[in-house]
Amino acid sequence: MENTVQLEEQFNAKLDKGEFIEPKDWMPEKYRKTLIRQISQHAHSEIIGMQPEGNWITRAPSLRRKAVLLAKVQDEAGHGLYLYSAAETMGISRDELLDQLHTGKAKYSSIFNYQTLTWADMGAVGWLVDGAAIINQVMLQRTSYGPYSRAMVRICKEESFHQRQGYEIMCALAAGTPEQKAMAQDALNRWWWPTLMMFGPKDSESKNSTDSIRWKIKRETNDELRQKFIDRTVAQAEHLGLVIPDPELKWNEERGHYDSGEINWEEFWNVVEGRGPCNHIRLKVRVAAHENGAWVREAANAYAAKKAKREAGSLVA
Amino acid sequence: MSVNSQQALFEYALRLGDNALILGHRLSEWTANGPILEEDIALTNIALDLVGQSRMLLSYAGEIEGKGRTEDDLAYYRQSAEFRNALLTETDNGDFAQTIARQLFYSVFADQLLQGLQKSTDATFAGYAAKAIKENAYHLRHAAEWTLRLGDGTDESKRRMQEGVDKLWMFTGDLFATTEADMQLVSAGIVPDVSTFREAWLKRVSDVLTEATLTVPESNWFQSGSRNGIHTEALSYLLGEMQSLARAYPGANW
Ligand SMILES: [Fe+2]
Ligand SMILES: [Fe+2]
Repeated sequence: MENTVQLEEQFNAKLDKGEFIEPKDWMPEKYRKTLIRQISQHAHSEIIGMQPEGNWITRAPSLRRKAVLLAKVQDEAGHGLYLYSAAETMGISRDELLDQLHTGKAKYSSIFNYQTLTWADMGAVGWLVDGAAIINQVMLQRTSYGPYSRAMVRICKEESFHQRQGYEIMCALAAGTPEQKAMAQDALNRWWWPTLMMFGPKDSESKNSTDSIRWKIKRETNDELRQKFIDRTVAQAEHLGLVIPDPELKWNEERGHYDSGEINWEEFWNVVEGRGPCNHIRLKVRVAAHENGAWVREAANAYAAKKAKREAGSLVA
Repeated sequence: MSVNSQQALFEYALRLGDNALILGHRLSEWTANGPILEEDIALTNIALDLVGQSRMLLSYAGEIEGKGRTEDDLAYYRQSAEFRNALLTETDNGDFAQTIARQLFYSVFADQLLQGLQKSTDATFAGYAAKAIKENAYHLRHAAEWTLRLGDGTDESKRRMQEGVDKLWMFTGDLFATTEADMQLVSAGIVPDVSTFREAWLKRVSDVLTEATLTVPESNWFQSGSRNGIHTEALSYLLGEMQSLARAYPGANW
């Protein structure tokens, strides 16, 4: 008991000095659990997130857009890999984590339970969804757990390209034919509110937020991050000549921030609980890929075992 | 350049560009559906290389033609009969084993072709080949390694890999199809004579299949037609999807 108190003091002292917690360091069980949950949710979001954009790769309207979208979705798969590796440093395997995803025990970002209905959604997802993710991920570069922080540094380098390609798609549509411009506005209408929900519940309602802030896993609160996103996105929408679907959106001179309307939290919780437009299909596609690939993974293992045995045999001989 | 040899060069650039485009498109269908995350990345990577190659080649085809057609005009506004890709490249993905068989067959051929093209008297072809040969070396290694794993893995993977090989075998002959127009380009030192590649191709593919404990198909019956625009049914579906958005908004910029 004495010992744990001492260890916890050392742990807190490290956090206070702004040092990283590394895999071999002692850490409170709840810190470990919180991080496993957060990092794996993040990893799952990267790989589920491949689906809504993967949808449009085969229909991309120009070869350049096709190549850019392929590169972007490939990056997301890479992010999934970095993050599963970071989670594995906490003593849990990728197989276990994937199992939690496939059985519905683990969550992923609800944003990917929305549909990508038109090409403009490729623009809106890159611009808004990756834009919101960047705000969160830039903060997480300074998260207290070393491997998570380092994964974030690598990821952030690629994320700005993701947002840029999305914004570029929106620029082309906004400057295009009336149909294209309408397509862009429609995508903004559908993606704006779900994107704001990505930052999570209001600070006053967030049960995980306080611990995460105390442990310096998170450095800024949900509401602070959401405000940052709104403030930086309004001018971008204006530049596109598109209208953000929030009649209450207004610059507040006194606060130095935009005021905005209320998020539909009923929708938020329903989607989190599995009643979004694509919860079923996203999980179904993921599980199908995994199950259809089982014989491939088995073959790779069997081959590796045979090869190791042959090599061991030739050493003896 | 005479009108005839210009037409021959145009057709050849289309052939190369369409091979890369159609195979790249097929591979991109694997994105988010791979058997393991590493393979989502690998297959998407190969798709990306090939789509990149197709852009360079179709742009060049448009230049040769001289009618102002861009890479996108050629990719999105031709009918299936105007496509020149080899039949093998348009075959459906099947299971992972079939995709790997297709990639092995194609990448061995591409390696031979690109080695020849590197020496082309046409600077664009030579430059393209110098870049693509490195990319293709990775595609080939990836396909050969998986052929070994699947062929010499479990009973199920062996059965699937053999089925993939057997099913696609009849489409491999079409890779080596050569037209009269091609022979003009061969004489001018612009392209290698792919009809001479068959034996070496068979040897290299057989070596991989044999090491993978698989059987080399014996059939000598091969489908043909792609050089005359006669494709399999699969291509029109592929194009139907690929071209749908571009064609719904003709003249739009994206
Ligand atoms: Fe990402
Ligand atoms: Fe991203």
